[in-house]
Amino acid sequence: MTRPKHGTAAIDAMFARAKSEKRAAFLPYFCIGYPNYAESLRAIESVAAAGVDGFEIGIPFSDPIADGPTIQATTQIALENGITVRKCLAAVKTLRQKGVTQPMLMMGYANPLVAYGTDRFLRDARAAGADGLIVPDLPPEEASMFAESCAREGLALVFFLAPTSNDARIEMATANATGFIYVVSLTGITGARKELPAYLTKYFARLRAKTDMPLVLGFGISTPEHARQLRGLTDGFIVASALIRAWERGFDDMRALAGEIFAASRE
Amino acid sequence: MSDLYIQTDLNDLPDARGYFGEFGGRFVPETIIPALDELEAAYNDAMADPVFHHELSHLQRTYTGRPTPVSYARRLSEALGGARIYLKREDLAHTGAHKINNALGQGLLAKRMGKRRIIAETGAGQHGVGTATAMALLGLECHVYMGTVDIRRQQPNVFRMRLLGAEVIPVESGSRTLKDAINEAMRDWVTNVETTFYLLGSALGPHPYPKMVRDFQSVIGAEAREQIQTLTGQLPDACIACVGGGSNAIGLFHAFRADENTELIGVEAGGHGIDSKQHAARFADLDISRPGILHGTRSYVMQNEDGQIMETHSVSAGLDYPSVGPEHAHLRQLERAYYTMATDDEALEAFQVLSKLEGIIPALESAHAIAEAIKRAPTMPQDSVLLVNLSGRGDKDLDTVIGLL
Repeated sequence: MTRPKHGTAAIDAMFARAKSEKRAAFLPYFCIGYPNYAESLRAIESVAAAGVDGFEIGIPFSDPIADGPTIQATTQIALENGITVRKCLAAVKTLRQKGVTQPMLMMGYANPLVAYGTDRFLRDARAAGADGLIVPDLPPEEASMFAESCAREGLALVFFLAPTSNDARIEMATANATGFIYVVSLTGITGARKELPAYLTKYFARLRAKTDMPLVLGFGISTPEHARQLRGLTDGFIVASALIRAWERGFDDMRALAGEIFAASRE
Repeated sequence: MSDLYIQTDLNDLPDARGYFGEFGGRFVPETIIPALDELEAAYNDAMADPVFHHELSHLQRTYTGRPTPVSYARRLSEALGGARIYLKREDLAHTGAHKINNALGQGLLAKRMGKRRIIAETGAGQHGVGTATAMALLGLECHVYMGTVDIRRQQPNVFRMRLLGAEVIPVESGSRTLKDAINEAMRDWVTNVETTFYLLGSALGPHPYPKMVRDFQSVIGAEAREQIQTLTGQLPDACIACVGGGSNAIGLFHAFRADENTELIGVEAGGHGIDSKQHAARFADLDISRPGILHGTRSYVMQNEDGQIMETHSVSAGLDYPSVGPEHAHLRQLERAYYTMATDDEALEAFQVLSKLEGIIPALESAHAIAEAIKRAPTMPQDSVLLVNLSGRGDKDLDTVIGLL
């Protein structure tokens, strides 16, 4: 199945559509290879069929310093299942062949990508059908080796902002990012949380005053209620650990939670 | 000896972005970048303040027991029949290793910044003990992350840290050694960044740590360079130090960087030998070690072909680490320093030789440097001088060694 747009353009279109429907785009995270290769693809296909807006496609790394215990365990299992960068790219290609049309952003730590070769990685990611790249240990000032290749391939290169980011950091990230800004909800690592932080409205107001780029919130978003609370605040949101925890109870539980969160975001 | 204030030279690397040539930088989550900026600014401010230097220098003299002596290893030198071997006695620093130099420096900086919660990682436990000690002295709260494999092989240090009032937090993830302790400390820092000072123990991690740790350890070389000239009337033909992350080595090498006739030799952990692939010799085994990114810095990293970090092996917990400080990668590339390795067996042999011939039980880490001196001294003329950094004492290793001898 061919898609009308790829890369940054496909991501822009995703936000335009969500905006026209007055809701935030929902981008669930799945790590290729958890709980095994075939099941991870089945999960993405199944959640894609429910109509979610896009995906973060996790590439596992042995030393994920921005991740909490849930994703650490997930990526460890993926590595034990023999997942490599090459297999993650093959997974995206297969998902496109199976008719997944939503934007897919590759999400992985810098070292495996550098080992693969940044230029080659982005060429192959484009060829496989990926639309962008998210690297949690790559601040904008270190990103030149990725930025050129992303620009050439038309792929989005997403940077992070955190509650600790000052005005200079906000300017640097927004001046260099393409696609969107990944807004870290709290000072901390990934993981499901009961409550969203109380300061989100102020935090977003501070960011909106500096940029028109789409803002996508991540870290700690776990429930349909959270998705409801985010309406009118963020342009998109990412859910990762909560889906994995639901998945520990069974595939159907994971799929049901993804469906409920998506439905809540549309209410 | 007069106060040896930290010598800074504007021509020294790293550059403004924290690079030593192509190595270094800041590859960390955005959340902690502002904290690194704050740390760098506070460090530069402290370095420009004579009061800070005076406070540190005062503690070094009155608490750590600096300057540590340089000892002539007469019986070892005579037994080997070549170069005269001199030992820089960091084992005689309070807490029994060089780690206290950096712990006090960063501890004073933390206090100056108003941070009261201190976290650290430790491998052999020497940095954990150094940090726990400094925090007891300065009255700051201390939490030390330590892999459970290391907790098992360094029990006395675990007890010491607890006695000194630190909380030792066992790390169960990954290989359960130093690498994983650093991962956990970084996760803690990301979470508690606004109240917490991360007291990193080696010359690695994101900028400004490699520079800051080197500067706090540079007292080793600054003292030794004066002492060796007083004792021998000359500069050493070579300086030898073990290299895990590389803080004791860079601390020794820094003072000699412009002494072109002094060879700088770093000794990595050869573990069970290069062919076994069970080692931590990042510069010796370029099949599985190449430039990469780990713990916020670009340096040589032991990794598989897919960029996953490899588990390392060394009999010495302090050298059991898959990457190496970025300045060492740079010095190697410039060919200013030369890196070799000693196996577990060679280190254990050196451990016994130094104990029997000099009455000094070295740390297993430092025994790697002694092993290189044992190989090298007999090939050198008798009027030549080898300066070896005896970075720590071996009491902490007795349990390990009893099991192996």
